[in-house]
Amino acid sequence: MHDDLNWAIGGEAGDGIASTGKIFAQALSRAGRHVFTSKDFASRIRGGYTAYKVRTSVDEVQSVVDRLDVLIALTERTVDENIDELHDESVIIYDGDRTEFSDFEAPDDTVGLDVPLKSLAEDAGGAIMRNIVALGAVCAVTEFPIENLDESLEKRFGDKGESIVENNKEAARLGFEYVEDEYDDVSTPYELETTDSDYVLLNGDEAIGMGAIAGGCRFYSGYPITPATDVMEYLTGRIEQFGGHVVQAEDELAAINMALGAARAGARAMTATSGPGIDLMSETFGLVATSETPLVITNVMRSGPSTGMPTKQEQGDLNMMLYGGHGEVPRFVLAPTSVAECFHKTVEAFNLAEKYQVPVYLTADLSLAVTERTYEPEEFDMDEVEIDRGKLVDEDDISAWQNEKDQFKPHAATADGISPRAVPGTEGGVHMSTGLEHDELGRRTEDTEVRVEQVDKRNRKVETAEEREDFDYREFGDGDADNLVISWGSNEGTIVEALGYLDDVDVRVLSVPYIFPRPDLTADVQSAENVVVVEANATGQFADVVEHDTLERVERINKYDGVDFKADELADEIKQTLEA
Amino acid sequence: MSSENVRFTDFKSDKQPTWCPGCGDFGTMNGMMKALAETGNSPDETFVVAGIGCSGKIGTYMRSYALHGVHGRALPVGTGAKLANPDLEVMVAGGDGDGYSIGVGHFIHAVRRNVDITYVVMDNRIYGLTKGQASPTSRPDFETSTTPEGPKQPPVNPLALAMSAGGSFIAQSFSSDAMRHTEIVQEAIEHDGFSLVNTFSPCVTFNDVDTYDYFRDSLVDLSEEDDYDRHDYDQAKDAILDADKEYMGVLYQDENSTPYHEAHGVTENMAEIPDGAPDGATDLVREFY
Ligand SMILES: Cc1ncc(C[n+]2csc(CCOP(=O)(O)OP(=O)(O)O)c2C)c(N)n1
Ligand code: SF4
Repeated sequence: MHDDLNWAIGGEAGDGIASTGKIFAQALSRAGRHVFTSKDFASRIRGGYTAYKVRTSVDEVQSVVDRLDVLIALTERTVDENIDELHDESVIIYDGDRTEFSDFEAPDDTVGLDVPLKSLAEDAGGAIMRNIVALGAVCAVTEFPIENLDESLEKRFGDKGESIVENNKEAARLGFEYVEDEYDDVSTPYELETTDSDYVLLNGDEAIGMGAIAGGCRFYSGYPITPATDVMEYLTGRIEQFGGHVVQAEDELAAINMALGAARAGARAMTATSGPGIDLMSETFGLVATSETPLVITNVMRSGPSTGMPTKQEQGDLNMMLYGGHGEVPRFVLAPTSVAECFHKTVEAFNLAEKYQVPVYLTADLSLAVTERTYEPEEFDMDEVEIDRGKLVDEDDISAWQNEKDQFKPHAATADGISPRAVPGTEGGVHMSTGLEHDELGRRTEDTEVRVEQVDKRNRKVETAEEREDFDYREFGDGDADNLVISWGSNEGTIVEALGYLDDVDVRVLSVPYIFPRPDLTADVQSAENVVVVEANATGQFADVVEHDTLERVERINKYDGVDFKADELADEIKQTLEA
Repeated sequence: MSSENVRFTDFKSDKQPTWCPGCGDFGTMNGMMKALAETGNSPDETFVVAGIGCSGKIGTYMRSYALHGVHGRALPVGTGAKLANPDLEVMVAGGDGDGYSIGVGHFIHAVRRNVDITYVVMDNRIYGLTKGQASPTSRPDFETSTTPEGPKQPPVNPLALAMSAGGSFIAQSFSSDAMRHTEIVQEAIEHDGFSLVNTFSPCVTFNDVDTYDYFRDSLVDLSEEDDYDRHDYDQAKDAILDADKEYMGVLYQDENSTPYHEAHGVTENMAEIPDGAPDGATDLVREFY
């Protein structure tokens, strides 16, 4: 009996694929099973193939694998799209009234279950519930208790009234019973156990939104863009409960400038966007940095350049975040490596922004942003959230930061590079900030000495941060291995799973969540025999950084076709690269 | 500093303006400082955002919390600040190029949002800081370094833009009529909602057409017109679209409009946040169960 199950529903965009998938994923999670979901979607709203994949196990799961066990195929194309992942024990649930089994090619021993999804749905009250009928059928195939699905349906349709909930439960039951009755002689090797565990299921965008509220963010301004919009949608309606506000700005230039204004007024503020939006924000990014305004800019990366592939995975913006914008300004770049880390790093991003008075890029790649994962709720322990507002000064301590004429020095050239910060409303702190080079008082200057002093002062914050913070990496695998694999962003989970396929090769894995400032990898790289950097881009932007820092050549594994790394594939590639 | 004994000189910084002698921006700024003092604001609770241009330097010469932003983006900065702390008096200032060219998109949206900001545009109908190119308010036949035969396109009518976007306070003033300019800005500050004050601030260096004399002779002061009712939308529309005359004064006001922060229930000073996660944050986790 297999417990690690890969399940998917696929059809056309507009078929309700994502919500159906989510209902099942939540049922599994509430039944105490680990879940990892991924979405395959085209960037169009109707038409175009979409799939929602769920991997579930009693053990922790943190990546997709190249195997589909149970597939709800609403269209023929669903089977074609997934043909490589089907195997002899796969089960395909389809509606024979719409598609013939002979219409699609599947491996010989694949079981095809013709379930009249539409007509059963109509029996339950409406064709629209055909996906729910299919979920009932999946419960029968996998021996998953249908009561768990009922709970999920209540949660999902509760707002719409009792009768809608009952109809959906009925639809699921009809699907379940149909399979039980019609296919009682068909045996499948799947059996999904339930456990007493109590998990939460969320994706990276949601974790960022939740981290923002927990971390004190009260002002959010953004302009919709895939795949960052979910952050805004999460905050809308929730941040208000905590005294905050979301503005849908007219464009990204407005979004970052509004966030800048809110930050100057003292709020913890954030904007989130994706590559094209980051381009538009570049000019103001420089102003944020040079006016030393704490701001969190979330970049949910998608494939570029230009409009690229809006719904596809890539880690192509690292150089832009590290070096983008004209002139030279310090900025921090954080790249969470898992959904839970999206939460923790968001909280940290706000603290770093205020402690060092810098813009902080918080970046998740598309895979991290849209895939959901189960966690113990304790992973998001709100009691552990700490808020550090840095050198925010009030009326009482302002005099220490005034000159002999009682003028406040917002850019005082301190030893640690961090100046006091007074927000409007603070008596005695009146000052102006500007994008022009300025003196300690914030007044424009082209004085050569002052220019150098201010540039050095701003850059000094980075050294201070390196001394005071723990910009560390996460480590997996065999700590003594000669082979070193380095990764950033969402690849962590896949690499950890890939280790399972690498029994005969010893590998030490470093997953780096701090891109700038970042941990010093020199000793690790120099002591390893083989070093491979894995990333979802074509040129190896992080590999370049590692080479630059360590003065050592490293190997690269790059994927830039828009599709996630898969654990088994990646294991093969790592092996090949190490052997080469 | 308590606001009762604030004087307009308290809003003056110790930096001497580098504007050309005679520049209209001096008068515009003086009026703004007087109006702020008259309306009982203090520099501590005032936030001035300026754009880029000669006009944008105003943030440097005034004394208050201020930000001198990037070209054309001052209004969004003001919007964010006002929403983060609705108690702040937020004023945004900039030139006609800043506001009606590169920043015109933000202008329309700030107007329609009706954020409680006073927006003073120092309209000299030319680009001053970049040394004399055509601006969106330049006349079609106005010869400049980049338009030797004139822009040959109709100028932007900022008042009409504001009106079409649902503006709740639309005014025009003239920097050298100190008293009227101060009064108008004062009314703009007192208005609950977005207030546009398009202020003619002649550029004595690059614009020899839209001069002090021109404005002095041509501007019709609405406060001297007995039958003008600023609350009458149709009358305001006619005045704003009048191709033959230019007006000074408050052309339109809707005193019953609701400013953005009130419409959206934004009342808290967002600068004040708890030491850790806010009460109720654990419910956010529970939602994912
Ligand atoms: C993004 C950007 N583009 C162009 C400029 C150059 N620039 C500076 S001021 C200005 C025009 C200023 O005109 P206006 O707003 O009318 O102000 P004035 O100087 O006349 O007061 C321009 C184009 C800039 N600073 N930033
Ligand atoms: S160039 Fe024109 S706008 Fe600029 S300071 Fe001189 S007079 Fe004023």
